[in-house]
Amino acid sequence: MINIDAQNHVKGKSIYLDDIPEVNGTLHCLPFYAETAHAHITGIDLQDAKQLPGIKTVLLAGDIPGENQIGSIIPDEPLFAAHEIHYWGQPIGLIIGISEQVCRRARKLIKVSYDELPVITCPREAQKQNQLIIPPRKFTLGNVAQAWEACTHIIEGSTDINGQEHLYIETQGAYAWPKEDGSLYVASSTQGPTAVQRAIAAVLNLPMHKIEVNVVRLGGGFGGKEDQATMWAVMAALAARHLNKPVKISLHRMDDMCMTGKRHPYTADFKIGLTDNLKIMAYEVTHFQNAGASADLSTSVLERTLFHSTNAYYIPNVEATAWCCKTNLPPNTAFRGFGGPQGKFVIEAAIVKAAEKIGISPDDIQKANLVTDGNEFPYGQIVQDARAKQSWQECTSIYNLDRVKQEVEAFNLANKSYKKGYAVQPVCFGISFTNTMMNHARALVHIYQDGSVVVSTGAVEMGQGVNTKMLQIVHDIFGINTEKIRIESTNTLRIANTSPTAASAGADLNGKALEMACNTLRKRLTEVAQRHFDANEVAFRDGNIFSSDKSQQISWEKLVIMAFQQRVALSEHAHYVTPVIHYDKSKEKGHPFAYHVYGAAILQVTVDCLKGTYQFDSVRIVHDSGNSMNLTVDNGQIEGGLVQGIGWMTLEEVVYSKQGKLISNALSTYKVPDIYAVPKEIDIRHLDTIGPDLAIKKSKAVGEPPLMYGLGAYFAIRKAVKAFNPYAELTIDAPYTPEKVLMDLYKKH
Amino acid sequence: MQIRFVLNEQMVIVSGNGSGTLLDFIRYEAHLKGTKIGCREGDCGACTVLVGTLHDEKVLYKSLTSCLTPLANVHGKHVVTVEGVNINGLNKVQESIVTHSGTQCGFCTPGFVMSLTGFALNGTDSDLNAAIGAMDGNICRCTGYKSLERAAQSVLNDIHSIDDTNRTNSLIKAQFIPEYFSTIAEELATIEPLSVVSEAIIVAGGTDVYVKSHDDVSEMSLQFLSAKPTYDHIAISDGQCILKPNTTVSELMVCKHVLDAIPGWYQYLKLVSSTPIRNIATIAGNLVNASPIGDLTIILLALNSKITMTDTHQNQRTIWLKDFYKGYKTLDKTEDEIITEISFRQPESHTLFNFEKVSKRTHLDIASVNTAIAIETRDMLILSAGCSVGGVGPIPLYLRETSKFLAGRKINVETIHLAEQVLQKEINPISDARGQKDYKRLLARQLFFSHFITLFPSLINLEDLI
Ligand SMILES: Cc1cc2nc3c(=O)[nH]c(=O)nc-3n(C[C@H](O)[C@H](O)[C@H](O)COP(=O)(O)OP(=O)(O)OC[C@H]3O[C@@H](n4cnc5c(N)ncnc54)[C@H](O)[C@@H]3O)c2cc1C
Ligand code: FES
Ligand code: FES
Repeated sequence: MINIDAQNHVKGKSIYLDDIPEVNGTLHCLPFYAETAHAHITGIDLQDAKQLPGIKTVLLAGDIPGENQIGSIIPDEPLFAAHEIHYWGQPIGLIIGISEQVCRRARKLIKVSYDELPVITCPREAQKQNQLIIPPRKFTLGNVAQAWEACTHIIEGSTDINGQEHLYIETQGAYAWPKEDGSLYVASSTQGPTAVQRAIAAVLNLPMHKIEVNVVRLGGGFGGKEDQATMWAVMAALAARHLNKPVKISLHRMDDMCMTGKRHPYTADFKIGLTDNLKIMAYEVTHFQNAGASADLSTSVLERTLFHSTNAYYIPNVEATAWCCKTNLPPNTAFRGFGGPQGKFVIEAAIVKAAEKIGISPDDIQKANLVTDGNEFPYGQIVQDARAKQSWQECTSIYNLDRVKQEVEAFNLANKSYKKGYAVQPVCFGISFTNTMMNHARALVHIYQDGSVVVSTGAVEMGQGVNTKMLQIVHDIFGINTEKIRIESTNTLRIANTSPTAASAGADLNGKALEMACNTLRKRLTEVAQRHFDANEVAFRDGNIFSSDKSQQISWEKLVIMAFQQRVALSEHAHYVTPVIHYDKSKEKGHPFAYHVYGAAILQVTVDCLKGTYQFDSVRIVHDSGNSMNLTVDNGQIEGGLVQGIGWMTLEEVVYSKQGKLISNALSTYKVPDIYAVPKEIDIRHLDTIGPDLAIKKSKAVGEPPLMYGLGAYFAIRKAVKAFNPYAELTIDAPYTPEKVLMDLYKKH
Repeated sequence: MQIRFVLNEQMVIVSGNGSGTLLDFIRYEAHLKGTKIGCREGDCGACTVLVGTLHDEKVLYKSLTSCLTPLANVHGKHVVTVEGVNINGLNKVQESIVTHSGTQCGFCTPGFVMSLTGFALNGTDSDLNAAIGAMDGNICRCTGYKSLERAAQSVLNDIHSIDDTNRTNSLIKAQFIPEYFSTIAEELATIEPLSVVSEAIIVAGGTDVYVKSHDDVSEMSLQFLSAKPTYDHIAISDGQCILKPNTTVSELMVCKHVLDAIPGWYQYLKLVSSTPIRNIATIAGNLVNASPIGDLTIILLALNSKITMTDTHQNQRTIWLKDFYKGYKTLDKTEDEIITEISFRQPESHTLFNFEKVSKRTHLDIASVNTAIAIETRDMLILSAGCSVGGVGPIPLYLRETSKFLAGRKINVETIHLAEQVLQKEINPISDARGQKDYKRLLARQLFFSHFITLFPSLINLEDLI
């Protein structure tokens, strides 16, 4: 089934935040922010700004009725900086006026003076100065110290991984208007409606039941609107409450880029030890995460880096340490993969370095160490239903890795100015929020008297097709035409206490809750039909309900009205909790994931050795989707995730100045893949397997895992560069921009 | 000023200074919310609309970014937003995108619909590359573009049946566009040209002015060159190629007079910005903007161009383009001078020309370094050379010394090496968002080499040079 929003999307009829028809008298607000990364505020001059015609007021920290605090995990993030600035772009106050334009003009009139403080942008520097968000965390398996002895090859190194701008095409925004009794309606472009509701309540000093948050859809999220959509909604709500007027905020792209956090940059040290037959015996890694100026979701992201530090490999002796380093950058945040990709990048870098040193191909090492059932992950979970080897085997045989290697070699022998490279990229990604407490969801289903059905869940639609999957669930259980089913917006009055739509788990959690609600309703309707037919079994199909011998039938509409007349409850609210999972942080052991998603990809690239530019020839994937309930939607996630991953590894370069100012602050200086930057060919096959019961309809989660196929982009390019310049010592420092490629091609040895 | 145009099906009349953006008008005055905002800088394509111009009783459509287009520039034209291509059910482009799942979050989607519809309306090229090229100004963060490529292929299949003699009607019948398109030409014919205001900041395409002065532009007093409609075309006179101030990059890109002699011309210009930007960006604007990495500027420097300027008293003077740049964004031009003509000798088949540009992303990106060369040779001997390079100093640089050095020398590795040493003395790159200075020096060398490898493939190859 094609994404149910597609028709409205192509006609321009889908409504996003900035498209909501404005209520008469709507005001606009705009934050003004620090133009330094670390300083004491010594003065704020608002006089000229306030006097500008059209400006209603300017709010500062002191105007907040509740707490000046929006930190979701750790309360370390004020809404407005009151005394001290911790990053360039940190909001200091809020300008409210009759138009966005007048607010922008007023902003230029505000003068803030500072006493500058030293700026830290590098996580290693922060760690040295003990600037930590939380104490370091460590995962251990076996005994690394003893394991080195058994290793023939021991390779050490370090690597840098840059951040990534989300670049959802719809920028952040919110629209709040007062209702009676001091309550508020807030339309928000957020992945986490409850987070928004909770923060508004705290900042406005109101009970949560006075805040209604509604989300229709997002024009892209990718994690960037999981926690960081909150701030804007709180600002709009604060202004709306202060002036008792509807207030809207819709960020200009450059404000969005400057003020929001990104994927976390990491820098890491590794040491890897292998036996003669290429078994990885020991792996020691220290991750330094650049968290930015406050916690945001960094501590959880850090955790997932540790969970995925060994990617799809079984390593008997592991010591993985991660430092959550506080720097003077905007708080970095969730981004598709949530720290997992960084953890994986380091182990892949270690393998590539080892292979180069030993003089073999990295895939020889990768292949020899894939996880299999019964292995233990460093966090204690025992591998079940492993598909790492199967994915690898199918991928390398269907796409003939041997031939790829021969062709690349032959090409490189014959050509000087172009070199080809390839990489195989296996992926193993755990599904569930690593914070066990968050793995729950609710669904509310009403069947109206006319037989039409409306569904609410906690899942937010942002293009990933979750609403389409929800519709399929209802359709399958009730056997009615999809036109009879409507998936409603995500609304905190209908569904309370939601977890954000994130961790690839939106469809699993909300889908399971929805399944429960629909099954309960069907059971009730079944009883009505049984009485009506005087039959024991009934079937729901094609808009009708049949007696088991098919001798009798009744339409869905008739059955519904019959049930209604018999005073049968036609509404149901269900609550789902992921079973099995648990995790003990004090031991760093447990069973945090409902299941894992596996896959493997072969990436091929051609590098222009004259100019340092490159083009990906192909990416060929075998993906483990279980019993995909919607291949169209899932393939879209795979292609999109892959390209986002390749972008991160190649063109997308987040640049801050030493003073902490974002240099890549617009689409003109931050380049995401365009239509010409994508691989010429992307081929996707699916493993023919049965999915786990904890996946909705045995259809495995798909949002994040495919992004990590993109990691291979880095190593494919490196292989080509090495073919041109085999002897130079090259660092591993992502992304591999054309600049770095050219410098490496001509690096002296 | 009274600006009149047809917005989808309706004639609209707007009074004002005409300097607000078309995007804001569409979304916040006409309340057509299908056109989206992603950047307001011409870099994402979410705001793409079509603009049709009356030409010999036919309406010619092109895509453009409404976020950088002054309202005044659509006076007398047909502006088409996504709402304006809707028919009962889905039109062919929409259907292709839906069928191939070319939309996920949907925010970029109206832009893609408009770009592909523009492609269908144009009908000049009809291969997949051209269809993909039509989407080169649209960024999608969700799909990874493959589904959009498949949609483009399916649009192509539907286009093959379109009859070119009456393209509009044929497209209406084939359900690409709604019926009202057939009456637009008549409506546009009723609109009188704008009267010209002077004594104000000049705006041609607006792609630089509107990025730079984003917050203030709607209140600025602007002089729209578009109000001088006679200004746009490319002529040949006395062996000179003459561009008028309104000549756009798109027009120059398909200029037969140049294409005949320089086979790579189209591909070179395809490296400049994107389709919707090239459709409005002018050559003169590129020269006056004086960006050290302006692509057209670099190309025209190598072609040894001249510019003619006219002031408000109609005084005219003509200077070499290479003398135009005095320092960072300082020009040999008074405030009231307008470039009224740009000219260069029409390239002939024995003129060898090459243009190189490397940017982080190959398309829709500003160069880290760009360079052009025009060379005349006889038997292995360089008779004359003009070489320019951008991104390596405060101005778009004509390499006087390097060009001089090359003249009279044999084409061989030694000449190139020695010339490259001269080049390195002429340039002075700094580190910035487009790259570190060492990289730019290396890149300048590589691209200089590339000129010779490309132009003399049988004589020069990379291995000999490095
Ligand atoms: C998204 C995007 C991508 C871009 N990519 C590229 C690229 O790849 N390569 C590149 O070279 N450029 C690029 N540009 C820059 C820009 O498109 C060009 O410089 C363009 O040619 C400017 O022309 P315009 O008509 O839009 O200029 P305008 O913005 O209208 O004017 C630019 C300047 O020239 C002056 N001016 C215009 N016409 C005249 C005249 N006849 N006489 C005197 N003064 C005049 C104006 O007053 C103004 O100062 C890009 C711009 C954007 C927004
Ligand atoms: S809004 Fe991005 S190109 Fe116009
Ligand atoms: S579908 Fe989301 S940006 Fe294209």
